[in-house]
Amino acid sequence: MSKLDSKIPPGPIDKKWTYHKGHARIVNPANKRRIDIIVVGTGLAGGAAAASLAEQGYSVKAFCYQDSARRAHSIAAQGGINAAKNYMNDGDSVYRLFYDTVKGGDYRAREANVYRLAEVSTNIIDQCVAQGVPFARDYGGLLDNRSFGGVQVSRTFYARGQTGQQLLLGAYSALMRQVGKGTVEMYDRHEMMDVVVVDGKARGIIARDMVTGEIERHSAHAVLLCTGGYGNVFFLSTNAMGCNVTAAWKAHKRGAYFGNPCYTQIHPTCIPVSGHHQSKLTLMSESLRNDGRIWVPAKLEDAKAIQEGRKSGKDIPEADRDYYLERRYPAFGNLVPRDVASRAAKERCDAGFGVNKTGEAVYLDFAAAIERYGKTQANVLKIDKPSKEKLRELGEGIIKEKYGNLFDMYENIVGENPYKEPMMIYPAVHYTMGGLWVDYNLQTTVPGLFCLGEANFSDHGANRLGASALMQGLADGYFVIPYTVGDYLADDIRTGPIKTDTPEFDEAEKVVKGRIDHLMNNKGTKPVDDFHRALGKVMWDKCGMARNEKGLKEAIQEIRKIREEFWRDVRVPGKSGELNQELEKACRVADFLELGELMCMDALDRNESCGGHFREEYQEMDGPQKGEAKRDDVNYAYVSAWEWLGEAGKAQLHKETLTFEEVKLTQRSYK
Amino acid sequence: MKLTLKVWRQAGPKAQGKIVDYPVSDVSEDMSFLEMLDVLNDDLVRKGDEPIAFDHDCREGICGTCSLFINGEAHGPGRGITTCQLHMRKFKDGDTIYVEPWRAKGFPVIKDLVTNRSSFDRIQAAGGFVSVNTSGNLVDGNAVPIPKQDADKAMDAAACIGCGACVATCPNGSAMLFVAAKVSQFSLLPQGRPEAKRRALAMVEQMDKEGFGNCSNTGACEIECPKEISLEHIARLNREYLVATVTKE
Amino acid sequence: MARQGLFGSSLVKKFWMALTGLFLISFLVVHAAINAQIFWNDGGVTFNKWAHFMGTNVLIRTAEIVLFLGLIAHIVDGLMLWSQNRTARPVKYAAEKGSANRTWYSASMGILGTLLLLFLIMHLWHFWVPSRITGLDEIAGMPGHHDLYIEMVRVFESPVPVVLYVLGCISLYWHLLHGFASAFQSLGINHKRYNPIIKMTGAAFSAVISLLFISMPLAIHFKLLS
Repeated sequence: MSKLDSKIPPGPIDKKWTYHKGHARIVNPANKRRIDIIVVGTGLAGGAAAASLAEQGYSVKAFCYQDSARRAHSIAAQGGINAAKNYMNDGDSVYRLFYDTVKGGDYRAREANVYRLAEVSTNIIDQCVAQGVPFARDYGGLLDNRSFGGVQVSRTFYARGQTGQQLLLGAYSALMRQVGKGTVEMYDRHEMMDVVVVDGKARGIIARDMVTGEIERHSAHAVLLCTGGYGNVFFLSTNAMGCNVTAAWKAHKRGAYFGNPCYTQIHPTCIPVSGHHQSKLTLMSESLRNDGRIWVPAKLEDAKAIQEGRKSGKDIPEADRDYYLERRYPAFGNLVPRDVASRAAKERCDAGFGVNKTGEAVYLDFAAAIERYGKTQANVLKIDKPSKEKLRELGEGIIKEKYGNLFDMYENIVGENPYKEPMMIYPAVHYTMGGLWVDYNLQTTVPGLFCLGEANFSDHGANRLGASALMQGLADGYFVIPYTVGDYLADDIRTGPIKTDTPEFDEAEKVVKGRIDHLMNNKGTKPVDDFHRALGKVMWDKCGMARNEKGLKEAIQEIRKIREEFWRDVRVPGKSGELNQELEKACRVADFLELGELMCMDALDRNESCGGHFREEYQEMDGPQKGEAKRDDVNYAYVSAWEWLGEAGKAQLHKETLTFEEVKLTQRSYK
Repeated sequence: MKLTLKVWRQAGPKAQGKIVDYPVSDVSEDMSFLEMLDVLNDDLVRKGDEPIAFDHDCREGICGTCSLFINGEAHGPGRGITTCQLHMRKFKDGDTIYVEPWRAKGFPVIKDLVTNRSSFDRIQAAGGFVSVNTSGNLVDGNAVPIPKQDADKAMDAAACIGCGACVATCPNGSAMLFVAAKVSQFSLLPQGRPEAKRRALAMVEQMDKEGFGNCSNTGACEIECPKEISLEHIARLNREYLVATVTKE
Repeated sequence: MARQGLFGSSLVKKFWMALTGLFLISFLVVHAAINAQIFWNDGGVTFNKWAHFMGTNVLIRTAEIVLFLGLIAHIVDGLMLWSQNRTARPVKYAAEKGSANRTWYSASMGILGTLLLLFLIMHLWHFWVPSRITGLDEIAGMPGHHDLYIEMVRVFESPVPVVLYVLGCISLYWHLLHGFASAFQSLGINHKRYNPIIKMTGAAFSAVISLLFISMPLAIHFKLLS
């Protein structure tokens, strides 16, 4: 327990951050120039942190595996970013955003962190507007908001369906400004391969130049990991192809505890898998659930006919359809939270009611909405006794206005017209709430090693609310780390440059080179993707939307087998001293193969259901809540922080007990 | 579907490259173009050959990593999509498909179909930003109202994903659409006005240094741009630059 | 701050291209208008009167120097752009489908311009050189007044120059069709509302000017004028 000091500042919750900032030590400008900081990852958290720290005067080195800092996967976020501005005057406040986030996270997040997140959320909007981020505005020229993810207020700021892109480009432009000034040295197409720890402190990294294959040593007084989530452990996810856990995992192996690895968010509205060739999954905005009705056939023979291509969704009469969300959750209907909607879809498909050839899809039907909008529009346009076709045309017009780009995207991928045929959707892995354990300062259990954004575990508990990921990334990067890293570095003003010709760097480089050499000289028979796919299937089937003890135990055995086979039989063609995409994949998959096991171990330890973690043994067995998740606050209100014990599958669990002073723990009910 | 691919293979930046033929079979029309390449690569690895290197990441059309000049067009046939959003149902059984990297002096080939586009980063670093430091005490986001029309237009320009299709497509290898999108976005917003002249001059200067060609208004970039960014933004850059040049001291 | 001079940057080159282009367009209007005087069918009397004015007026003669300078600037600028644009793509595509995204003539301004230049040299050789340097027949009873009309009749007697002139004017048509609208875009004049007007004006202008120029050698060659 000794290392898990969350360092939450004293005082009432709304004064903690102010107090902390006021008491944090500061490095004076002349000294900052002599201090090096490495930032790994250039998404919202990393880009914002690198730019802000360079503005303050630190010498920053920023690394990303992409060919440009602008391409980090934050760019793909569609919906928006939450901020407690209360511009709509609908009763929003910092406290309400804090409360919603803690509750949405199923009471598994640290209160103080979440409150700070809500507190700085308003600064984010001001900062981004000043950077020239073109947020949506209303006709009065003021910022527009929309509601999102089932909360009761409108607090989501957005830039069309490309909010993540615009926020990232804002951070990227700030970063490029510093690159132009020479205060940030940018290393793109570089992958971090290991952390170097000297005298117990993180003092550098080993990186691979992905173009030349050269293994490089980089030293710094502090290392910031802003490397995103590990959803790609499932092979198929909405993450980018290159998203990986390597940086965080290497840090874990060097002493950083891994927090809540089993918390994974499965997003309910993604385009289903179409075949074995599938390389990734595409998210359809959650907003579709505002107008679409989700259903599967009520009769098994109908489902079978659809799966075999003998019938289509349109052929099923209204009476034979099962609108299962509306049936199970009359109060929230199709708008239940992500985890609930995902599990319900899985339940129906597992029972055989799926509606595509793989049996893993449900319908998202807009026919009712088209009809409803058609009638309203006919009234607006004063069309007397419109024909059925006219009503349809009018209704489709409204739907097109609202979701046109999403419908086009769907048609492009699936090859079916969603205005005529009901859309098919299925849940997919989207976000990982777990990550490196950090204290209030975002510092891991390795001093000098910080972790920001999705890569850390801190703010979303067991389930993340919509439009909160962007908020956390930018909050960490712009407004938290500049204060907390200074407090840490105040001890380093006399340290001087960190040398890279030390035994610690030698050792780390040797490990990295040894691993690469092994992979290159393995001369196996199977490509990397075979193992990744196999791992993904185990994870999805046994550590995905629903988990149980038996499955998790099997999964651990199966992962071990895949891992063993990987090291024995993987084939990496080409050379290591050049651009080698198979080698890049192999290095990443090797880490996923170790992480996967830890996720199963964590899921096995957590004998409760909460947020994205649903254990089939722990659900309400009867009463009105039958089938719903059963949380255990008495025994499991803790953060699990896993310590690496030198070998995959061997890890020591440490617990950070969560105490709730502000928010009362209740069961989430959407009935 | 059975296809014949004619793919540019080049071992390294300085190596001599050439077009190599690859027959591919069992192509499903549900595959994306990149998934079709995945399948081919999987095959190559199993056979002990080197897979084809190509850039890709998000595979949902927003990160701008994927490129590929397919059958003579940037991002292949189809409008308003990137290569990762191109699906095989756009092709017919028996088709021959040319796959080449972006060709431009400013985008040197690294390997096979992978090019180096860091020239775009340097152009951005020359002036593609608003000079504002991180601060918790900036003016409120609503302090300066921005007409919806301007905000929308700025967003049209800001939608650029920096993929480089404009350069690849332009018969002159010009990067004007990319530069214009950035200059235009900031010049339309009050936050960007104070530095507008400086920005236009500096970004164009860097663009020229990188060896991109000159715009001759063929409009090809606008057609092939996966985000359908309009030539209107190039005209705005021309305006901004003209004023800046004439009035600079 | 940019350190590029008045000719250094690609954008300034574009501005010069547009400005000189528009200036040359204005010359074409005058040229075509005066030449069209032959259609009075008065044996070239009106035409020769105007030609004499253009050849002797001090202001016009000064403008002629500016015109040549403008033409040279347009050519030199164009050559610079062309050579830079060539180097911007050192390795060509094996397969390039230009027809998918651009008109052939918008991407062929250099070739069209070269054809025009060749035509222009021939044209100057036919009319400008004799008129200014080697000397022309004078109109009977009007000393110092060249009979350019007779020169036209003489030149266009043979079918070879007529064909070359027609081809030259066709090049001019395509060059103008892109050049006219393009000049406005280069100068930053682009507005949803006015773009179609600019485009239509450009197309109409290109057609009228080229047809007018084509009709002259044809009319003379086929003796449609008395």
